[in-house]
Parts: sequence; structure tokens; C-alpha cells
Amino acid sequence: MKKFVPVLSTVAAAALVLTACGGDSSSSGDGLSIEVPDVPMMEAVGEPEGQLNIVNWSGFVEPAWTDKFTAETGCVVNPRVAGTSDEMVTLMRTGQYDLVSASGDASLRLIVGGDVAPLNLDLIQNFSDDIVPGMKGQIYDTINGQAYGVPIGRGANILQYNEEVTGTAPDSWSVVWEADSPYAGKVTAYDAPIYIADAAVYLMYHNPELGITNPYALDATQLAAAVDLLKQQNAIIGEYWSDPAAQIGSFVGGNTVVGTSWEILRKLSGEEKLKGTLPKEGSTGWYDAWMLSSTAANPNCAYLWMDYVSTADVNGQIATTFGMAPANGAWCESSEDAKAHCEQYHATDEAYFDQIWPWTTPIEQCVDGRTDVKCTSFQDWTDAWLTIKG
Amino acid sequence: MTSVLQVPEPPTPAEVKVAAARTSRQNRRGLLWLLTPPTAWLLVLYIGSLFFLLITAFWFINPFTSKVVPGFTLENFVSIFTVPAYFATAVRSLLIALAVTLIAIVLAVPIAIYMAKIASPPMRAFLAVTITLPLWAGYLVKLIAMRVVFTENGFLNWLLAPFGISGPGFNTSTVIITLTYLWFPFMALPVYTAVRQIPHSYFDASADLGAKSWRTIRTVVLPLIKPAIIAGSVFTFSLSLGDYLVARFVGGSTQMIGSIIASNINLNPPVAAAFSFVPIAFVLVYLWVVRKMGALERL
Repeated sequence: MKKFVPVLSTVAAAALVLTACGGDSSSSGDGLSIEVPDVPMMEAVGEPEGQLNIVNWSGFVEPAWTDKFTAETGCVVNPRVAGTSDEMVTLMRTGQYDLVSASGDASLRLIVGGDVAPLNLDLIQNFSDDIVPGMKGQIYDTINGQAYGVPIGRGANILQYNEEVTGTAPDSWSVVWEADSPYAGKVTAYDAPIYIADAAVYLMYHNPELGITNPYALDATQLAAAVDLLKQQNAIIGEYWSDPAAQIGSFVGGNTVVGTSWEILRKLSGEEKLKGTLPKEGSTGWYDAWMLSSTAANPNCAYLWMDYVSTADVNGQIATTFGMAPANGAWCESSEDAKAHCEQYHATDEAYFDQIWPWTTPIEQCVDGRTDVKCTSFQDWTDAWLTIKG
Repeated sequence: MTSVLQVPEPPTPAEVKVAAARTSRQNRRGLLWLLTPPTAWLLVLYIGSLFFLLITAFWFINPFTSKVVPGFTLENFVSIFTVPAYFATAVRSLLIALAVTLIAIVLAVPIAIYMAKIASPPMRAFLAVTITLPLWAGYLVKLIAMRVVFTENGFLNWLLAPFGISGPGFNTSTVIITLTYLWFPFMALPVYTAVRQIPHSYFDASADLGAKSWRTIRTVVLPLIKPAIIAGSVFTFSLSLGDYLVARFVGGSTQMIGSIIASNINLNPPVAAAFSFVPIAFVLVYLWVVRKMGALERL
């Protein structure tokens, strides 16, 4: 029996490579195989359980579209709003929830931790060609060719500025990174470890000798360089933000002049003087996807939900409520309002999103394909992040 | 009528003993009923949660999945001293708490003396209401109010603009001012009560002996209200040390111990648990110093 083991493992490895290569061609992780726990996939959707417990971002699960879902399927939706990706991961690990609207900085952690199950896309008919190409088969929700997430929407981390103070649009992120920034003391930054990637994007452009090719694949030296940049930034920071309302207040109140933001926050501020721009270095962005808990008590309702919210209509409602680019491109053609919304959020503008690096959980295996070094994991980023703020 | 009254036989010593035993047994049962809820509360909720906190501080975090793994390591405690940002934050929080306590004392003593000994009764009532009024408002409301006051286009800068100066904005000094505002009543009330209890004759005697007001305060009032000041300082010190929302809302990029616990609670619970021992350690040392000064006996 022992003799067959190497043979078997070779076959398994070959199959793995085949699956990886045979995955969606738009996958940025082509040829990259990541070790994940073996979690069974659902084969068929059965009788709805009557309940569905979701961990979600504010605005993703609203009566405007859950009532219809409940009427159609009998599944009562119980949403639990989380404020940060880390909170979402913690909540999902309690095992009390069936679904999560995970951003890219949470998804790989959940997949690798065995907290979420692979998805059977055949059971989600509305996951179709209408999903915009930039949100299909991406590394943050598709591992080894296997889908773990159903795309919801995406948004870029833009550079927001107070035009009354800056005069013109800054063309570079340097105003938030360099010690001699004219807005020192009035700079804001996003308060989460994933913000290290923004430093890496800046270094990628300005310090090519560091050899960063993907801001989520940093070896120890590259991470140290990013941390140094963040420490330099710490000296010119006015406030870090994680609470959107506080960030809006800070910009409106004049304490913050430049800093990272989302299009929806700029819009919500209702201030003409606040503008957003995508600087020449490019930026990071959040791409959200529904993910199914590996211990879901109501998997049938969960599949029905993922199918329901992927329709152009519901996906569009979520995108307008939260203020992001919808995953379902077909919605953009449905009305004049939808068209205007998609235009403002660059929904089908892949050239725009080509400049955006989707949030991805950093793991030890380099997601840029390097095999000669070990990359820093999210835990390393977390530890580093907490030492930056002093 | 009196003849109808029967004089009971005096109980024999044996009967007394039995009766006493019965009452003491009844008392003990009653006492048990009375003490069970608070004891259970203390053991299960209070000590129990502290115990789990203590345990987590010695556990690991899986670097791959970021999950907490039971085990034993002192790494989390070591990081408090070896990571410069952590150590600086611990020291900063200590200094902030001491500054808040000191400012509260300096403000509370004169106000208390004025209220208790000089002010007219209506004025005294007015001041008492003014000092306690903030206690009736929600903590977050007070905090947001301070944020509005100190914001760049806010009330303070509007007030200071004619003089050509501007407020501190959001930084460590704003944290100290806000914490002092929040916890001042906890210092002012015990000090005021203590000053009120000093008889007027002490002041008269001091004046008769030729002491001026400053000397009277220093040699008569302060020694008498020392226990009250220490009682108040235990509150201002420990409440300031454990606070984190103030630093978050009006501190700009200022970090306190609570900020580190808050950012670690989801990312690295063992470090958060280890860090929650820092304020406990500070407060224990503080109480020990206070005890050494002999002030605890009169609390």
C-alpha cells in the first residue's frame, strides 16, 4: 500500500495544478495554489429552513429587498451589522451565522481558516455573465479555481481633499505620505492593518528598487519599508478614521484636509468643497462578496439568498444603498438613474479599476507568485500596524 | 389588669442556649439567602470574567488563521516592554491619568472651600448643581460636545479668533482637558463634603493665631481633607487610565492603553488581555502608595 502513496500524491498534485490552471482566465492568482482545509460543497438546494442569519455591512441587508425574499422563500432574514472586517471574522467564527458580506481583507482569512465553504455556482443561476469581469474569479474569493464568494460590489479608496484649502486636485498620494506635506497635521488615514497596502502601493511607484509587484505580497524587507513610511506618516496625521461618520465630521469640520476616503463618504458629506481623485500611483479598493459559513445552520436559505441578491435589480438596490459599484453590470442599463450611479462609481469602467488593487488578506504564501521568499501574513501586518501609531 | 398578667418563668440556662442556637441557625440561613446573590455575582461574573481575561493573556494566536490557541506564553506581556509603541502608550496613559488627577485636585480644593465656607446658600446650591449637572448627561453626549468645541471650525476657535490665537485642536492636551471635565465631579464632591465637615471654629482659631488664609489652607484644611482628596483621586486616576473613547474622539492620533486594547480585541485578543493588566498594575501600585501614606484607613 505504501508504494502507492507517492503516486497518489503526484496525481493529486497534478489535479490541483490542472484545476488551478483551468480556473477562470481572469483570475489574478493563476498558477497559484493555496492550501485550504477540505470543506464539503453543497450539491443541491433543499427545503428552506425558514431562517437566515447574516453578518453584513450597513446597508447590505434592508427590508426594501428582504421582505420580498421572505415572501418568496419563507426565510426570515436576521441581519447583524458589523463595523470592521476584523469584527466580521470574529463574528463568523462564533458559528452562529450563515452568511457574511466579506471584504477582501477578511475573505482569505475565512477561507484558509476553514470558516467558509466552497460555493456551488451551478446552484446560483443569477451568478452569470452579467457579473462585471473585474469581479470574477479574483484571488480574494476564488482559490485554486474554486469560488468561495458571490460578488456584491466594489469601491476604490480615493484621495479626498478640501478644494478650498488645496486649490487644485493633488495628482499624487505624496500629500498624505511625505513629512514635508503642506497639509501636515491635517491628514487622515484608514485605521486598519490593511492600510499597510496603501503604503506599499505608494512605494511600488516611488521606490521600484524594493521590488514590490503586489501590495499584498510583501516579504519582511518590503513590509519594513512600508512600516517606515507609515511611521513617517504618523507624524503628520491629524486623525485616523475607521468610523465613517467621524471621518465625514473631520473633513467638514476642517480638522482634515486630505486623506483616504470612499466616494460615498464624499457624497454623504454634502459639501461642494470636498472632492475626490485617483492619484497617479493608483490605489487600493474593497471588493465585497457573500460567503457561506462552513457550519451554516441554514445553507438552503443561504443559497436562495445568494441567488436572489445577485439579480440585477436587488444587486443594484444594495449598490445604491451602500454607495458602491454593483457587481451585476446588467443593472447599469436598467434605468437612467442606474446609469448615472454606475458612471459615478465607475461600475463598468475596468480601465479605472485596473488601477485599483483589491483588498486581499496577506498570507505567508506570496500571492504575487514568488516562491523563493516567505511573505508576511496578516498577523504580521496586524502586529506591525499596532506599532505604527505609537 | 396587672394581676392577669402572668410573669413568665425565667428561662433556665439550658433553654437560653437552645434558643440562642435556634436564632443563630435562623440568622445564618437568612444570611445565606441574603449573601448568595452578591457572592454568586462576585464569583461568577466578576472574578470569573477576570479569570478568563487572565488566562487569555497567556494564550497564543495562530499566525495563519489569527485564531486564539490555548497554551502558555509570556510573549504577550514581554511585548508591552519590548514594543516601543506599546511601552510609550503605557507611560503616556499613566502621565495623562496623573495630570488629570492633579488638575482635578487643584481645581476642586478652592471651589470646595469657597462653596462650603464663603458662598451664600443660593450660590452654593447653584455651584453644586453646576458641578453635578454633567453627571446627568450621557458620557458620549459630553464627549461629542467636547469634539464640537475643539474642532477646527468649532466654538473654541471662534472664541479665540479675535485674540489671534487658536485652540489646541485634537491632541494629548485636549485629551487631558476632556478627561478632567468628565471626571471632575468625582473629585469635587468628596472634597466639598470634607471641607463642609470642618467646623468654623477651626478657621477662627487659625485666624486668631495669626495665620493668613493660605497658611490656614495649607496647615488646617489640607491635612483634614486629605482622605477625601485621595478618595477622589482613586476615581479620577483609574477612570482616566481605563478610558479610550476620549482619545479616539478628541485625541487626534493620541493613543492610550484603551486604544491598544480596542484595536487588539479582534486582531490579537491575547495581547489585548495582557494589556488590560497594565491599568490594573498601575492602580494596585497607586493604592499601595496611598496605603503607605496611611490614607486608606479613613476612606
